[in-house]
Amino acid sequence: MKKIFLIIKREYLSRVKKKSFLIITFLVPLLFLGMWGGIIALSIQDPSASSTVYVIDDSGLIINDLKDTESLSFEKAIRSADEEKSYLQENQFLLVIPKNILESQKLNLLSSQKASIFVQGEISNQVDNILRKILLNNAGIDIQTLDSIQPKVKVTSLEITEQGEQESNAGVAMGIGMFASIMIYLTLFIYGAQVMRGVIEEKNNRVVEIIISSVKPFQLMLGKIVGIGLVGLTQFLLWIVLSGSLLTVGGLILANQMPDSFSAEELSSVSSSVPNSAAFAQQDSLLSDVQGTLAGIDFPYLISCFLIFFIGGYLLYSALFAAVGSAVDNETETQQFMLPITMPLLFTYVMSFGVLIKDPHGPLAFWLSMIPFTSPIAMMVRVPFGVPLWQLSLSIVLLIGGFILTTWIASRIYRVGILMYGKKASYKELIKWFNYRK
Amino acid sequence: MLEVKDIVKQYAKHLALDHVSFTIKKGSIFGLLGPNGAGKTSLIRIINQITAPDHGEILFNGETLSQKHISKIGYLPEERGLYKKMLIGEQMLYLAQLKGLSKTDAVERIKYWFEKMEMETWWNKRVEDLSKGMQQKVQFVATVIHQPELIILDEPFTGFDPVNVDVIKNEIIDLNKKGATIIFSTHRMESVEELCDSIVLINKSKKILDGKVSEIKNAYREHQYLIKYSDKAIQLTNPEGYELFRVLNTREYEEGNKATIELLNGHNINDVLAHLINQVQLQELIEIIPSIHDIFVKQVKEN
Repeated sequence: MKKIFLIIKREYLSRVKKKSFLIITFLVPLLFLGMWGGIIALSIQDPSASSTVYVIDDSGLIINDLKDTESLSFEKAIRSADEEKSYLQENQFLLVIPKNILESQKLNLLSSQKASIFVQGEISNQVDNILRKILLNNAGIDIQTLDSIQPKVKVTSLEITEQGEQESNAGVAMGIGMFASIMIYLTLFIYGAQVMRGVIEEKNNRVVEIIISSVKPFQLMLGKIVGIGLVGLTQFLLWIVLSGSLLTVGGLILANQMPDSFSAEELSSVSSSVPNSAAFAQQDSLLSDVQGTLAGIDFPYLISCFLIFFIGGYLLYSALFAAVGSAVDNETETQQFMLPITMPLLFTYVMSFGVLIKDPHGPLAFWLSMIPFTSPIAMMVRVPFGVPLWQLSLSIVLLIGGFILTTWIASRIYRVGILMYGKKASYKELIKWFNYRK
Repeated sequence: MLEVKDIVKQYAKHLALDHVSFTIKKGSIFGLLGPNGAGKTSLIRIINQITAPDHGEILFNGETLSQKHISKIGYLPEERGLYKKMLIGEQMLYLAQLKGLSKTDAVERIKYWFEKMEMETWWNKRVEDLSKGMQQKVQFVATVIHQPELIILDEPFTGFDPVNVDVIKNEIIDLNKKGATIIFSTHRMESVEELCDSIVLINKSKKILDGKVSEIKNAYREHQYLIKYSDKAIQLTNPEGYELFRVLNTREYEEGNKATIELLNGHNINDVLAHLINQVQLQELIEIIPSIHDIFVKQVKEN
């Protein structure tokens, strides 16, 4: 046990002390903040960058009802269409409304560059409304009566849980599920590959023979897996703490500097995509629906599930990565063995976006979240939607069984593989190694 | 010290060790000899408990080999290497602790060896910054840092430069004097003849002979002598009516003839000398003692 601890310590410290670890640990939260800031910046566009639309209305029906918006202002053109065209500058448009607009419902928007979807949408929206009013009027329908009849049905999705009925929000659950599955998928690969590279390095250096004359190969493998796993957990912890504090501080600064008119709505909707900003967002008086559901989400539960499935999945896959590393002499040879490891992960990853997220309680979702090779990703997609306790427990038990099995298989290949220098292994060879007595 | 008893090791279809038995005396320098692929490394890995035998057992000081013996064995593998990016000092500390030394003991031992081998300034260097020869020194120190009772050196001198070979050789002899038992494994038999007290010869997974170097050589003496004498014209002959020896060959050299003779019918060299002294002017007489290499080649051919 003491020796395993020594190995864990070396594997852990040698990685945490590296510059690259520090850089990634601090860079990712900064990127996070940058992205968040970027989203906010985009949603609070500078009003001075608005566009002007010069209008030539041959029908005379439309122009008086066009309304200026924050980013678009309408002006009556004073010159003829041909003249106007030559005067157009950046962010200036020429809207030509034909005489027969009621029948044709077509108009032309001219500009020196391509008009954005936003500008096109705004114009077609406004003209649609104006035309609709005219047409309704012509048909003898009273517009005021029509406007007053505006039923607004709000569907509140309630989840039946042990604590009673809880409001649930499919959108937020989807977002969290997707985020969690991406994180699990990436981290399984990143840290699994680190285990593999570590094994290859020791084999390449030939240091492995000295080490296993002091400890059992299994101890070395396990020490490496646990050590690197702890590096992963440390990184998660630092990311959560760092991005949490950065977002809180950054959010407060932004909130103080922003005009009152849009800060609440905009910020709360943006911050809802980032769990850690919940505390900050709560300070605002006008919380959106999303924010409300977010506050109702059990983060300790989600984070515990994430950690359990990350650890389980990591242990299961890193053992396999270790076995692959032991079977080769350098990284380029790993490809032939990587496919069977990559396939189940990739499949679940693709499925989680295509199928699982839309049908988190369907049969495919159920089975994928039970099979140990796919459950870390599949279950994390499902957890935000609420999973019965028995399914969660069964999945965890199966995952534990799964990693015991893969670790056992991997260690049998590993103990032989690490001493096979310069031998190109095939699958047949691996089976032979597995069957060696010791 | 170490008793190897009837060890069998099978790898799939390849039989690596076939009922091998021998004993190594405490305090001896023992040669484990054989050509490449004979099964030496397989045997060493079994002694190091890296692998287990399919049959037979190994006794260490009379006890069945177990985990507790790991700290008493030092092993320099044929395939050498260290962590390239790890600091030498930390690396030594790590390896010593894995062998069961406490941190304070390990630091003390490292300091002792670094001083002895003139490596004091290396603690904060990385392996990749050292020359090949320096790396070899580090590797050797890593092998003996925990004061093992048994030191196993697999092809110790391949890859070492001549200066380091001498340094290491002297250290080995020194350690042996202090009580350590040493196993040399090599396919270059001449390199260990001068060092080893006892040897075992392994060929194609089987032991073909073992024992003290002097006894083996004695047993394989062929009673052949090289005789140099100054009269080029004379051929050596037996006295009339006696068969003391036979001449295997005679060659001329600058100052006379060189003849190789083999004693016959249990006569000794003094009988021959007494006869030859009257015949020729003798310059030199040497017994031709077979080298371990010759014995080995002969044995392999005979088997």
